[in-house]
Order: sequence, then structure tokens, then C-alpha cells
Amino acid sequence: MTVQPLDLDEKMAHPADDAAAAPVVARKSVKATRAMIDRYTWYEYLAIYAGIAVFLFFVLAPFIEGFMVSLKPLSRLFSTPYSFWPENGSLTAYFTMWESVPGFWRYIVNSLFISTAATVIVLIMVVPAAYAFARFPFPGRGPLLAAFLAVNMFSGAVLLIPLFRLMRQLGFLNTYWAMIVPGAAFLIPSAIWLLRTYMMRIPRELDEAAWVDGASRFYTLRRVILPIAMPGISVVAITTFIGAYAQQFIFALTFNSKTEFMPLPIGLFAYFGRQEVVWNELMAASFVGITPVLILIVFLQRYLVAGLTAGAVKT
Amino acid sequence: MTGSRSASLFAFALLTPALLYILGIVAYPLVDTINLSFTNAALKPAYDWVGWANYEKIFKANFSEVIIRTVVWTFFSVSIKMIIGTFGAVLLNAAVPGRALFRILTMPPWVVPMAIGIFMWGWMYNGQFGMISGLLQNFGIVDGPVAWLAYGNTAFWATIVTDVWIGVPLVTIYLLAAMQSIPRDLYEAAWTDGAGRFYRFRRITMPMIIPAMVTMSLLSLIATFNSFDIIWILTRGGPSGSTTTMIIDTYKTAIGSYKYGEGAARAVMICLFLSVFCLAYFRVVGKINTGERA
Repeated sequence: MTVQPLDLDEKMAHPADDAAAAPVVARKSVKATRAMIDRYTWYEYLAIYAGIAVFLFFVLAPFIEGFMVSLKPLSRLFSTPYSFWPENGSLTAYFTMWESVPGFWRYIVNSLFISTAATVIVLIMVVPAAYAFARFPFPGRGPLLAAFLAVNMFSGAVLLIPLFRLMRQLGFLNTYWAMIVPGAAFLIPSAIWLLRTYMMRIPRELDEAAWVDGASRFYTLRRVILPIAMPGISVVAITTFIGAYAQQFIFALTFNSKTEFMPLPIGLFAYFGRQEVVWNELMAASFVGITPVLILIVFLQRYLVAGLTAGAVKT
Repeated sequence: MTGSRSASLFAFALLTPALLYILGIVAYPLVDTINLSFTNAALKPAYDWVGWANYEKIFKANFSEVIIRTVVWTFFSVSIKMIIGTFGAVLLNAAVPGRALFRILTMPPWVVPMAIGIFMWGWMYNGQFGMISGLLQNFGIVDGPVAWLAYGNTAFWATIVTDVWIGVPLVTIYLLAAMQSIPRDLYEAAWTDGAGRFYRFRRITMPMIIPAMVTMSLLSLIATFNSFDIIWILTRGGPSGSTTTMIIDTYKTAIGSYKYGEGAARAVMICLFLSVFCLAYFRVVGKINTGERA
């Protein structure tokens, strides 16, 4: 699913300004009211936790099951009746998979490389464009921004035929470029939207002061705006990277047939498509492959959520 | 410094790289798709203009069936995503201990490489050894193994469930953000006046998140209509075409059997649908941004 254009979280730009403003006494009573509102009865707690448990079970079931499978020996896996818990569970699959999926390291490195390259391209395109949209009231700004956002409505699948011909003409077929170049294009719109929103919050006076001091426009962008916008640029970089890592499939499936360039999802898909799938190893490999992202979200979830979802009610 | 001609020129200069990139990788292929849809292009380099022949051909074949299937598939997937996502957002918005952790735990399906999540579903749907069939048998709900992906009907729903699973985190977190940006004063005032929890939800939360729900439904509609990976990995459009949506159909025609012209005609039909959704999106977002309620 494409990550859609949303605004940066208010909280990022204006940390905790609502609490600081009120005088101490008033804040205390507000706090008391809040505490009372947030008080639940025991059956409300029960209902909420039960609901959350069901919801999270749906969200996490495939991961839990996948992890259980990765621990089961193959003989236990293909046995009936079904048992959820791995009997004689072991981490064997995590060691044997390196041999049975020969290119595994290569796939992970390819995935990281393709995502990184796409992120770099996106940033090079997006930083100046977002600044232009945020600052300059040039003619046609609205329609042009809308046109960029409209890119989000096409997936790569719709444009696959001409893209295939284009990649062939450029000589990109069966190279990393065939996966990087089209992938990056579909990440640009959301990144522009996100960064533009961030840059609009940078006080205009800063540009004007630099202008009065005789700095050129380009110098102002490089020396005044870029350093201040760094937190926003980092958020855009992270979300773009995760988007690029999550969506590697169709271009890699269609434009590249060389094993040594395959990203992780395609590498594992080839393995998945075989007659006899060694499921415990496939699941073990999947877990190793997603670990980098899982670690990332634990540390960066605040920025991810801020970057991707806030501003739902921006009026 | 603003408003001058040199400022506009500078802005265009800044936009040029991104603009050229999108023109080359998205706009040109789009025009080329329309162009190809009127030709009999295939593997061989030379091809001829054939007018509307491709369109006549696909509608004489089973294309209307594919359109209906796609619309039904998309409708159920988006509706279920919105329902589960709204429930999830309400639950995660409750001020209970542990909610920060619950919010993190919602995210994996969305950030993990899609294909890998789908592999795990592929195993869960396995009839002999998979979790769903296994648990249902253990609880005595079904008698024998059910191979979910082997029959048209169950495969259709199985792919919807997986699509819902991938889409739910974004809907949930988006609506949660919308709920959290509702001013607390509203709730406090209502609470002071003696309004109960459900009354506050119905009269404050719901009206305030409706614009976000409309926006999210449309974004979700566009993404779901374009859904390729899930169906391709789980069923490749089968069994016997029962999960062949317009995207899968286009891919099979163009990449599977090298009928570029015919495939392009099918892609153009997808674009027509998408432009309608897209226009709706811009209308709604425009309305929200100018302050009207959608």
C-alpha cells in the first residue's frame, strides 16, 4: 500500500505548548478533570483490553504463527492434528537456512542497497521541490502540486508495459537500476508533500533576513533552510526508506531475472514457488529479513507516526 | 523577495529535477500506455495501429466479469478495513496502561516488506498444516482440512482478508491521529455537562473524524484497486480466474502472454476508474482544506 501524503505532526514542531501556557492552578484542575474523564470502571477496562487483544491478535497472528513455524522441525510441521506450540522446538532452521537459501545474504544486501539508492534519489529530487512549493507563490503552483499527488494513484502495475519498454531502451533491464529508478518515482509525491508541510512551518523571516544580508537564493536554501529543515528531512528519509524496503516486489519481479540482483522478497518468492517448500527455513529467513525494520519501528515509531499520519484533521 | 519574476524562475529551477523525473517515469509511460492500447504491439519490435480493436476484443471476452469482480473485491476490502481500523483506533485511543506498546504492535504489517507478510498468510491458509484450518478443526468448527486457496470462493475471501490485514494499520493509525487532534476541551465541557462516554463518542468523536474517514476511504480505495502483490503471491489470480482482478488480468495479458497492446487497453480501463477516484479525492480534500465539512 502506498504511503499517502499526510502532514507532519503538530507535536513535532510545537512540543507541548498547550500545557505550558496555563497557570499552575488552572492546570491542576484541568488535570483533575482529565483524570476523571479517563477513569474507567472495571468492566470498561475488561472490554477495552479484550477488544485490544482481539485486534492485536488479527494484526500479529501471521507473525506469531510464522515464528512458531520457524521453530518447528520439518517432521512436526507436516503432521496432523495441528498444534500451535512447537514441540521439540529448536532454532535449527535459523542455521540451516543459510545453506538452503544460498543467496540469502546477497538478497538482504540487495534490498538495503536498492532502498538506500531510491531514498537518495528521492531526497535529491524532493528537497528543492518541497522548498519551491513551500515558499514561492509561482504561477501554477496549486495544479502542479495536485499533479504530483496524482502520481500516487497509479501503481507500478498499471504502467508496467511502457515502463518495461523504457527500461529496455535505457538498458536497465536486469540491473539494479530497473528496480531503483521506477521505485523512486512512486515515492516522490508523498515525500514532497511531507517535506513541504514541514518547511512551511519554518519562519519566513529567516529567508528574508538572509536576503537582506545579500545572500543569494541558493545560498539561503543551502545554509539557512537546509540545517533548520534537517529533522524534517530525516523523517522523510526514514519514511521513504521504509516505503522502499516494504514495496520491493513488482519491478523486481518483472524487470530483473538475475539472481545476484534480487531483493529479499523476490529471492524468497523464488524459493516459495518451488514444489517442496521448506517452510520452517522460509519463515526463519523471513524473520531475519524483517528484523531490521522491526528494530527501526521500535526506536522510530514516534517519527513514523508523526510523519505519516498526523494532520488527518488539519483544518 | 516574493512575487518577483526571478523568484518564480528560481522556484521552477528547483522543481525541474523532480518534474523531469516524474515526466519520464510516470507521465510518458502513461501516454505510451494509451498509445499502445490502439496497437497490436507484442514481443516483435514492429506493430500497427489497430484502432479500437483491442477494446472490442477485451469486452467480447470476459472483461466485464473481471470489472465486476474487481469492484466487489475492492468494496469488501475497503469496507472491512475501515470498520476494523475504526474499532482499532477507538480502542487504542482509550487511556489505558500499555497503550504506547499497543500502538507499536499495530504497525508491523504496514512496515514489513509486504511480500514477506503474504508468505506467512500463504502458510496460514494451507489446508493440511496451516493455522486457520488447523485451529478450526481443533475447535471442531470444520470437519476436515480446508485448503482456503484451492477453491474459487474461499480464495476470493482469503485474498480480501490478507489485503485487509495489510491495510488496517494505516487506517487505524490515521484515524487515531485524527481522534487525538480533537481538542480535549470539547470532551471536558461535555463531561462537565454530564454527557456519558457513548454520548461523547457519538456527538464529538464521530463528527470530528468523519472528514478523516472520508479521506482515508478514498486513499484506501485507490491503494486497494491497485493491489497486486497479495493476489499474485497467494493465488496468481486463480483458481480458474476467481481472484483475477483488473490489475492481475492486465499483468497476465501483458507480461504473461506478451500481448502488450491488449494489456495496455486493459490498463487504460484501470486508469479510467482510478481517475474517477482521484477526482473524488481532490474534491473532498479541497473541501476539507477550505473548511467545509466533507
